[in-house]
Amino acid sequence: MSNVRVLVGTRKGAFVLTSDGKREKWDVSGPHFAGWEIYHLKGSPVDPNRLYASQSSGWSGQVIERSNDGGKTWEPVGNKFAYDGVPGTHQWYDGTPHPWEFKRVWHLEPSLTDADTVYAGVEDAALFRSTDAGQTWQELAGLRGHGSGPHWQPGAGGMCLHTILLDPSDHARIFIAISAAGAFRSGDAGVTWQPINRGLRSQYIPDPAAEVGHCVHRIAMHRSRPSVLFMQKHWDVMRSDNGGDSWQEVSGNLPTDFGFVIDVHAHEPETIFVVPIKSDSEHFPPDGKLRVYRSRTGGNEWEPLTEGLPQSDCYVNVLRDAMAVDSLDECGVYFGTTGGQVYASADAGDSWAPIVRDLPAVLSVEVQTLQ
Amino acid sequence: MIRVELPSHLRTLAHVTGEVQLDVEGQATQRSVLDALEARYPMLRGTIRDHVTERRRPFVRFFACAEDLSHESPDAPLPEAVASGAEPLLIVGAIAGG
Repeated sequence: MSNVRVLVGTRKGAFVLTSDGKREKWDVSGPHFAGWEIYHLKGSPVDPNRLYASQSSGWSGQVIERSNDGGKTWEPVGNKFAYDGVPGTHQWYDGTPHPWEFKRVWHLEPSLTDADTVYAGVEDAALFRSTDAGQTWQELAGLRGHGSGPHWQPGAGGMCLHTILLDPSDHARIFIAISAAGAFRSGDAGVTWQPINRGLRSQYIPDPAAEVGHCVHRIAMHRSRPSVLFMQKHWDVMRSDNGGDSWQEVSGNLPTDFGFVIDVHAHEPETIFVVPIKSDSEHFPPDGKLRVYRSRTGGNEWEPLTEGLPQSDCYVNVLRDAMAVDSLDECGVYFGTTGGQVYASADAGDSWAPIVRDLPAVLSVEVQTLQ
Repeated sequence: MIRVELPSHLRTLAHVTGEVQLDVEGQATQRSVLDALEARYPMLRGTIRDHVTERRRPFVRFFACAEDLSHESPDAPLPEAVASGAEPLLIVGAIAGG
């Protein structure tokens, strides 16, 4: 029988939640790395017991942890993230040049083909890769070296590279997203990059249709259709059917199209999930009702999913890396909140129940389906 | 023998309890002590001083013999009481954060 392992990163440590395929009873392990911010942890699709975790603190900076036994034990590995060459400058909030400075790793994406290869998206925005299981890291500097780099600007959360999507059908193709530069694509395993932001419109920047400068919050794909991408932008839910060459808005009847997370059903490539958030200044659900919205048509037509979720006085946020799906026959959907709840649905969103209610603020949620 | 006291979260990271005792080659300075500390505990690299610039991280300070040594040169000799092992070098995390 299959099992499910949910990896939760929080403001004060990591938690590992496990259950059998019924997903009714859960074992909670943690906090691992108590007191540290765990922006993200994720398992290798090649070796599910190989996990990588990003551990950081304002006092002691960045640490990367690796587990070879599914999170039972961990060891610190390499934490030297040195930009390639002279880092140069990007734009600061006020538009002045600001030196590129490493702050933390936001996202770790293990390779689809090699358990020792893992990508790291960092703040200030850059993409690094390790091919020795996290011991050493090399920047894929063609991204930051793209001619637009000096014009990138931080979002409110910092200038972070937060999304890394690896194309399962073409191992040379990688998609990434940066707040607030936009989305980029490489067709040569990360050597060279091009911005893929045509069709995005952001009213808060001088040229709303600029090539870069868009605050992309999250991108998702279904592994069977890697050229169909779904995006939750600062405002607007977007879709691309040509690998990011162009985008069209699919916000449709959402109560607000601001939000952070977006994900795709494991078995239905046109079924997608978002959590609408009221606005960029009011980071909580509209009307105090925590609602996941599901579209079965790839966007535009959305239905609220409320069963088991608080429908009054709820003012939590769901951050960009805090939603994931499992691949059991009945697709499970999971998300974590800044109030410390991790909610699970074992029926593709029809009903929800909390796995845990009182963790520190949740920064990330990943799921492993184990055979 | 040099005695070093780490903040609790770095003791956890390095899997040590209590003070760390180090043999330091040559003159005892912040740099030579941190070099010896990081050689013994590689997981501490980058957590006290920057990997590249070797500058002290902003929320970390160094104290010894009731003095704040944080702004001393990394190559300045540490107090004799630290060099002799009579007093520990305290590596302290700022009282900050949430």
